[in-house]
Amino acid sequence: MNSIILLSVLGLGNLFLGFRRSNRLLLPAAMLILGLVLTVNFIDWNQGPQSFFNDMLVVDNFSIAFTGIVLLTALLLIPFSEKYVLDGEASLAEYYSLLLFSLVGAIMLVSYNHLLMLFLGIETLSIAMYVLAGSDKRNLRSNEAALKYFLMGAFATGILLFGMALVYGATGTFVLRDISFAVQNPVNDSLRPMLYIGMLMMLIGIGFKVSAAPFHFWTPDVYEGTPTFFTAFMSTVVKTAGFAAFLKLLVQAFPAASAQGLWLPTLTAMCVLTLLIGNVGAVAQTSLKRMLAYSSVSHAGYLLIGLVAFNGQLEGASANGIFFYSLAYSIATVAAFGVLQLVANARMREDYNGLNGLAKTNPLLAFVLTIAMLSLAGIPLTGGFFGKFFVFSAAVENGYIGLVVFAVVMSMVSIYYYLRPIIAMYMHDTDETTAALVPVSSFQSGALLLLALLTVVLGVLPGLVSGIL
Amino acid sequence: MLTVLLLLWPVAAALLLHFFKGRAARIPALGAALVEFALAAYAAISFSADATGQFSLNLPWISSAGINFHVGMDGLSLSLVLLTAFLVPIILLSAFRRNFENESVFYALVLFMETGLVGVFTAQDAFLFYFFWEVALIPIYFLAGVWGGANRAKVTFKFFLYTIVGSLFMLAGFVYLYFQTGPTANGLSAHNSELLSFYNLNLPIATQVWLFWLIFAAFAVKMPIFPFHTWQPDTYTEAPAPATMLLSGIMLKMGIYGCLRWLLPVVPQGTAYWQNLVLILAIIGIIYGAIIAIRQQDVKRLIAYSSLSHVGLMIAGIFSFTEMGMQGASIQMLAHGVNVVGMFFIADAIERRTGTRQIDDLGGLTRQAPVLTVCFLVLLLGTVALPLTNGFVGEFLLLAGVYKYNAWMGAVAGITIILSAVYLLRMFQRVMLGPDSSFTATFTDLTGSELALLVPLIVLVFWIGLFPNTFLHLSKDSVLNILNEVVIR
Repeated sequence: MNSIILLSVLGLGNLFLGFRRSNRLLLPAAMLILGLVLTVNFIDWNQGPQSFFNDMLVVDNFSIAFTGIVLLTALLLIPFSEKYVLDGEASLAEYYSLLLFSLVGAIMLVSYNHLLMLFLGIETLSIAMYVLAGSDKRNLRSNEAALKYFLMGAFATGILLFGMALVYGATGTFVLRDISFAVQNPVNDSLRPMLYIGMLMMLIGIGFKVSAAPFHFWTPDVYEGTPTFFTAFMSTVVKTAGFAAFLKLLVQAFPAASAQGLWLPTLTAMCVLTLLIGNVGAVAQTSLKRMLAYSSVSHAGYLLIGLVAFNGQLEGASANGIFFYSLAYSIATVAAFGVLQLVANARMREDYNGLNGLAKTNPLLAFVLTIAMLSLAGIPLTGGFFGKFFVFSAAVENGYIGLVVFAVVMSMVSIYYYLRPIIAMYMHDTDETTAALVPVSSFQSGALLLLALLTVVLGVLPGLVSGIL
Repeated sequence: MLTVLLLLWPVAAALLLHFFKGRAARIPALGAALVEFALAAYAAISFSADATGQFSLNLPWISSAGINFHVGMDGLSLSLVLLTAFLVPIILLSAFRRNFENESVFYALVLFMETGLVGVFTAQDAFLFYFFWEVALIPIYFLAGVWGGANRAKVTFKFFLYTIVGSLFMLAGFVYLYFQTGPTANGLSAHNSELLSFYNLNLPIATQVWLFWLIFAAFAVKMPIFPFHTWQPDTYTEAPAPATMLLSGIMLKMGIYGCLRWLLPVVPQGTAYWQNLVLILAIIGIIYGAIIAIRQQDVKRLIAYSSLSHVGLMIAGIFSFTEMGMQGASIQMLAHGVNVVGMFFIADAIERRTGTRQIDDLGGLTRQAPVLTVCFLVLLLGTVALPLTNGFVGEFLLLAGVYKYNAWMGAVAGITIILSAVYLLRMFQRVMLGPDSSFTATFTDLTGSELALLVPLIVLVFWIGLFPNTFLHLSKDSVLNILNEVVIR
C-alpha cells in the first residue's frame, strides 16, 4: 500500500519535474523514486496480511514479492532510456510518469482482493502502455502498434468486465474469498452456467494481457512496432503482474473442485497451444525483436504450467515456481531488449545478421546477450534454468508428466532460436553495416553487467530466493 | 574442503585472467592450471585408497527443495580429477603454439571448463551433477565455435543440440527419481537428491527399464556410443586442437564416469535388462569406428574415429558387469586421455608446420624430424595397446571382462586390436615414412618446449604400462562398491 501511495505521489512529482526541461535530472530522479519505493515495499515483509479500503487490497508476502519483481525490473530497465536523455526527448517526464503510473496498476494487480481492483489495476497498467506503445509519434509502425494494442486490449478488457459482471450476478460479491465461498455453496443452482461463463471470460481477459494463445495475435506486431524500451517493459512487468493476478484469481476465487474441473482443462489447452505457437513461431523469425516477441509468448506457456500445477495456495512449489520464473525471465528479457536497443540504434537493423561480429566490436554486449539467451533457453548456470526447473518439478509433483514432457520438447526447440543470435555474434564475421563499434555509455554497461550478474547469481545460488513464498 | 578448493580455484583464476590481455595471459593461465594440478596431487597423496568418499563437503544449496551442494571424492573420482588436472596444463601449453585471437578469453574458458569437469567427477547430488554437466558444456561450445574451423557454426550447433537434448532426458530421469526419494534429515523438504538415496530406491523393474534410457541418453551422446556419435567426428575435426583435446581427453570420460556412478547403481535391473543391447551397440561402435578410420584421409578425423572405436571397448567393459571390465575401463580412461591428447598434439604440430592434415599430402617426416617420429610412435603404440604401454593394461582387462561375460562378444571386440594396428600403422607409414612431399620438404623437428610437453605424456605411457597398480589400486574399492550395488540387487 505504501508503495502505491508513494509511486502515485512521486509519479506526479516527476511530471512537474518535467517543467524544468532538464532530462539529465529526470533519469536519476526516476531511478531514485523506484529505488525508494522498492525499499519501502519490503518494510511490510513477513508482517502478515494487511488489508486496505475495506479489504479491496491485501498486502501479504505474495504481493510484496511480486511487487518487488516489477519494481526491480523497472529499476533495471530505466538505464536504457538514456537514449531519450541524449536525444533531448521533449516528453521524457511524461514517459517516466506513465511508467510509474502503470507500475501502480501492476501493484494493484498483485495485491487485489476485490474484482474492482483487478479491473482498475489492469486498466491503469494498460492505458499507460497504449500511450507508450505509440510514443514514437512519427513512426508509422509505432502508431500501428498503439492502435492494434488499444483496439484489441479494449476489447479484451470488455470481455474481462463482462465476465466479472456475470460472476457478480451469480455470486453477489466481488470479494475473492466470498466468491470462493459462493462457488462451493451455491444458493441457486440455475446460476451455475452464468458463473462459469463469467469465469471463463475472465480467463480470456487476463489471458490476453499475458499474451497466452489463442489470444496472442497482437503480440508480435505490437512488440515490433513499440519502441524497444517500452517493449521490454511490456513483456516483463505486464506479464509478471498478469500472472500474479491470474494465480491469485484461481487460488482465491475459484479453488473449488467444480470450478477447477472447468478451468484446468481450459488452461491446459491454452498452455499447450501457447508453447507450440510461441516456440514454433519464434523459429521462423529473422528479426531478433520479433523472435523475442514470440519467445515472450512461449514463456507465457511455461508460466501457465505453473498455474496448472495448482496446489490451492499462494505459497509452496507452484507459487514459488512462478515467482522464480518471472524474476529470472524479467531480468534476462530486460538484458536482451537492452542490448537489442543499443545495437538497433547504432546499426539501424533488428535482424540476426545485424548482430554479426558483435563479439569483436562490443564483447560486453555480446556477453550479456549470450547470458540472456542462455537464461531464456533454460541452460544451467543461469536463472532461467532454475525457473524452468521449479515450474516443471511442481508440475511433475502434481502428476502433469505429459505436459512437462511436451514443455521439455518445446524448450529443446527453443534452443535453436536462442542460439542463433549467439552464433551471429560469435561465429559470423562483420560486414560493412556491422563493422562499427556500438556506442555504449559506461552507465549502460554497468546496468548490463549487473543484469548478467543477477542472472548468473540466480543460476548459481537459487536458494537465495527460491523458497521465500 | 580440498574438493571445494579444486572446484573454485579454476573458476576464480578464469575470472582473474581478465586482467591480462593477449599473450600476457599465458603464464598466469598455465600457473593456475599447475596450482590445480598440485592441489590434485596433494589430494592423491593424502588419499587413503578405500571406497569411502573423502574430502567431502555437504552444504544446503536449495534447502527448500532438499538439494545439497555435496561434493566428495572416492578412488574413481580422484583418478579422473587427477587426469583432468594433469591434462589441462598440457592442453594450455599446446594452445600457446597457436596465436589465437583473444587469448586470455580462450584460456579463461579452458579453466572455467576445468571447474565443470572436476564438478562432474566429484558431485554427490544428482542436480549438482547435472549442473556441472552443463557447466562443462558451455565453455567447450564457445571454444569450438569461436576458434574453430570454417564450418564451425553448423558443426558446433549440432554438437550443442545433441548433448543438451541428451542431458535434458537425464534431467527428466533425475526429477522422476527425486520424487521417489524420502524427506531430508532436517525435514525442510519432502524429497532429496542425494546420490546414496538414489542408490537405495529399489524401484520396480518395469520402471527401471524405461528410466535407464532417460539417464543413459545423456551419457550415450557424450561418450559417444554408436548410433549417437554423428556429432563427434565433425566436432573433433572442426574444433581447434586444444578444444579437441579437451573433448576427447577429458569430456568423453564424463559419459563413462556417469555410467559407472549414476546409471548402473541407480537402475541396476534396468541396466541388466538392456545389458546385451548396449554391449552389441558398443561392439558395433568398436568395429564401425575402426573400419571408417581405415578409410580416413584427414589425420584428425582418423584419430576421432579411432577414439570412437576405443570408447566402444570401454563401454563394453563396463556393461560386462565384471570387476576386470570396470577396472579396465577406469584405467583405460586415464590411458586413453594421455594417448589421445598426445596424438592430437602431434597432428596439430604437423598441421602447423605443413598447413595440411591430409595423409596423401604428407610423407617422409622421419628424416627431418626423428624426435617427433619417436614420440609419435610411442603414443601410437600405446593406442594400439602394445604390451608395456598403457593401452595394453586397459584393453587387456576390458577384453578379459567382456570375454568373461560372453566369449563371442569378447572375440569380436578383440578385433579392435588388430584393426587399430591396421589404421594407425598405415597412417604412420604414410605420414612418417616414404618419400617427401612438397608439403614436408622443409619440415622442422620438435622444439624444446614441444618436447617438454610430450615428455610427461610419454612417461605416463610407460608408467601406466609398467606399474598399472599405481592407479588400479586407487579405483579398486570404489569399483567393487559399484559392482556390489549392481550385482547384489
